Amino acid sequence: MSKALIHLDRPHLERLEAEAIHVMREVAANFVKPVMLYSIGKDSSVMLHLAAKAFYPARPPFPLLHIDTLWKFREMIAFRDRIAAELGFDLLVHVNPDGIAEDISPFNHGSSHHTHVMKTVALRQALDKYGFDAAFGGARRDEEKSRAKERIFSFRNKEHGWDPKAQRPEMWKTYNTRIHKGESIRVFPLSNWTELDIWQYILKEEIPIVPLYLAAMRPVVERDGMLVMVDDDRMPIRPEDKVEERSVRFRTLGCYPLTGAIPSEADTLEKVVAEMLAATTSERQGRAIDRDEAGSMEKKKREGYF
Amino acid sequence: MPNARTDLATYLRAQEDKSMLRFLTCGSVDDGKSTLIGRLLYDTKLIFEDQLATLTSDSRKHGTNGEALDFALLMDGLEAEREQGITIDVAYRFFATDKRKFIVADTPGHEEYTRNMATGASTADLAVVLIDARRGVLTQTRRHSYIASLLGIRHVVLAVNKLDLVDFDQSTFEQIADEYCAFAAELGFETIVPIPLSARFGDNVIARSKNTPWYQGPSLLEHLETVEIAGRGQDLPFRFPIQSVVRPNQDFRGFAGEVAGGRVAVGDPVVAAKSGKTSRIARIVTKDGDLSEAVEGQAVTLVLADEIELSRGNMLVAPTDRPHVADQLQAHLVWFDAKPLIPGRSYILRTETDAVNCTVTALKHEVNVNTLARDAARSLPMNGVGVCNLSLQSPIAFDAYQDNRATGNFILIDRYTNATLGAGMIDFPLRRAENVHWQAMEVNKQARAEIKGQRPAVLWFTGLSGSGKSTIANSLEKLLHAEGRHTYMLDGDNVRHGLNRDLGFTEADRVENIRRVAEVAKLMADAGLIVLVSFISPFKAERRLARDMMEEGEFIEIFVDTPIEECARRDPKGLYKKAYEGKIANFTGISSPYEPPEKPELRLDTIAEEPDDLARRIADFMGERLMQG
Repeated sequence: MSKALIHLDRPHLERLEAEAIHVMREVAANFVKPVMLYSIGKDSSVMLHLAAKAFYPARPPFPLLHIDTLWKFREMIAFRDRIAAELGFDLLVHVNPDGIAEDISPFNHGSSHHTHVMKTVALRQALDKYGFDAAFGGARRDEEKSRAKERIFSFRNKEHGWDPKAQRPEMWKTYNTRIHKGESIRVFPLSNWTELDIWQYILKEEIPIVPLYLAAMRPVVERDGMLVMVDDDRMPIRPEDKVEERSVRFRTLGCYPLTGAIPSEADTLEKVVAEMLAATTSERQGRAIDRDEAGSMEKKKREGYF
Repeated sequence: MPNARTDLATYLRAQEDKSMLRFLTCGSVDDGKSTLIGRLLYDTKLIFEDQLATLTSDSRKHGTNGEALDFALLMDGLEAEREQGITIDVAYRFFATDKRKFIVADTPGHEEYTRNMATGASTADLAVVLIDARRGVLTQTRRHSYIASLLGIRHVVLAVNKLDLVDFDQSTFEQIADEYCAFAAELGFETIVPIPLSARFGDNVIARSKNTPWYQGPSLLEHLETVEIAGRGQDLPFRFPIQSVVRPNQDFRGFAGEVAGGRVAVGDPVVAAKSGKTSRIARIVTKDGDLSEAVEGQAVTLVLADEIELSRGNMLVAPTDRPHVADQLQAHLVWFDAKPLIPGRSYILRTETDAVNCTVTALKHEVNVNTLARDAARSLPMNGVGVCNLSLQSPIAFDAYQDNRATGNFILIDRYTNATLGAGMIDFPLRRAENVHWQAMEVNKQARAEIKGQRPAVLWFTGLSGSGKSTIANSLEKLLHAEGRHTYMLDGDNVRHGLNRDLGFTEADRVENIRRVAEVAKLMADAGLIVLVSFISPFKAERRLARDMMEEGEFIEIFVDTPIEECARRDPKGLYKKAYEGKIANFTGISSPYEPPEKPELRLDTIAEEPDDLARRIADFMGERLMQG
């Protein structure tokens, strides 16, 4: 056969980019009130970048929503406010008021309860409050086993629950976007991207990311085999804790008490990618939330977690 | 592993330039699909340490291999799947070698979850069909192969798995390969590559195995890395389904979408498929700067040179090679829902960017996946595949699925539950609505006929006075009217009272009489009508004149062949009596000749048959002519 190969003709990153843009435009055309969940992480940064491309020269026809647990790294919050303003997005920030009343802390209440109240319940509250019918998330199928099973357009019932056993067949790029009032769709335009694709794209497109992804000297404490950064004075320092200044970076970003740092000298994007290529552990390894056992992500998703 | 910056840059560029292959694994339950992918990921070093630790603990808890690692647990990501030890839904996995990137869809083997297998197949270019060497070709093997072929997959790897359990026996392998190839001969695959495998122990997965010295072909991974999938995407006619209109301000109006076929460049003429309006590409806009050309697979925003009516659901296309625009079509359907498909029900038909109400008007047959035979069926059960006619509330623009997978597909959605009920692959538009490309601002004969759902015609009844022309024509008009046809009757006597009252019965007047009637009939045919002309019209030359005025195939000469004796016997107007008495000059058949047609389209014998039956015969003839288009 002498014809051009189907996927040789255009580089795979361009294919992935086009797929994500196509998905975003489908959402904008079919839903009344879409929103883009913004987690401030590298995947969210890529998603924002793609949204700006998808609707150019118009602005993306949806706001950003950040579910603030009040325990994010301070650098993340500063980055969030700067980027939203620079790209001209409307930014909505929601905090679960019950969590504030209870003074929820991952240190005192444990990661599981904290995540449930400040992320899962808070997200449901925000979606109900604004009446969003579609919400973009930056999740990728290569992150975790139950994500690998999820559709790009993932149907949620009125309680925001996911039913993994009754997912709508998703044929071609012909998406079923129909829902009843109160139901919603979670949309994952980066479903088919891998961690390497994300980094390559960030490099190629020069997408700004939170500096925490790059190695720097930071104060950390080693706890349960995890390097926890002392990001503010709410972190209880026990007598046996040893606060050290170490060169570390983060593969993923979340609540600082739940996000493990890795020792690293990679202070440029190129070095980060080089380190990643040599990695022997998955990126979710640094996340306390996924540690419990296989199935914990699926369980959270059924409850309405992203 | 690169360590210097330049090495890394080179490495990353190589990564970007890699080709990507999307494939799926399918086949019956327990043929080892998930195990095979787990093995591929493991052997290509894509399982991280923490994932391996989880796999080790999961294998002890749920594993089916005793103490050994159960690779299927890497894939079966849902709780229900791990508990039951089966795959329910499709999982997407990603891996790369030095040569290629892969997206693999691991699909379930149970018939109940065929819809999830179809989901995985709809975006794949190659299928790895697994077979348990001990069990051979099963119904699900056939079903999945048929669905893969139906969804446009042209390359198959026949992975004869668990060969370790038959002592790596060559004849077992060859028997299965022969049986499969015989079955698949009708499925139109371009390549079928049988490979003897043991996914569990890794034989012939990434490298040739010592256990199969008789096998000379490639290992599975070698084949996946090198198989050439011919992509026609950029050679197809230009197709651009409009996703949305981008209008940030008064000065910009663009159309956002992804090129679904071919290519387009600035300056190219384009046509809006549904309206036929034409324009040219003024700009190809992206946030990274304007492009001079866009090709299949690129998401862009097109700006046209003219302000033409265009919105989501329409398509910009190549003027010289347009898609079908029709509201009637035939398609192959895969049915997903527990409630069967029943003709007559109404559904929502969704293409990539369009949605209309539709009705399945006929279920032509169901395909028996075992034998590929066409079975008569009244309904289509869950996981059934059938061929249907659909009638749409309004026309859509589309291609045949075999010409373009993106513009030839649709899904059917339940109007009340919003469930995705089935997936369709369009075969062709149905006759009635075919090949109508609306010329902008021009309502022509075809358009006028199309809106009436008919082909214009001039039915020219010729025969002696009293032969029964008007009686039969009247009866026929009633029949056609009852069928919803739009008709008009021109009767010799009536016309002579109005339009032609200035004409007598000289030869010149007779010719002029016919010429006028033929002109009127032509105008009426141009209006889209079926015109019934009932005229003695005794001369061949005049009838020839009328025939030549009409379009090819439009003039239908009907010879009402009643002998003059019979006409004189009937004599409904008492004219023969007067003519025989010499009271009427130039009376056809008596004092003026009648030249019978030599090759009329229809000849009617009014002695043998009743007028109503003859009218029915003409209506049937018209129906066949309509179907022949």
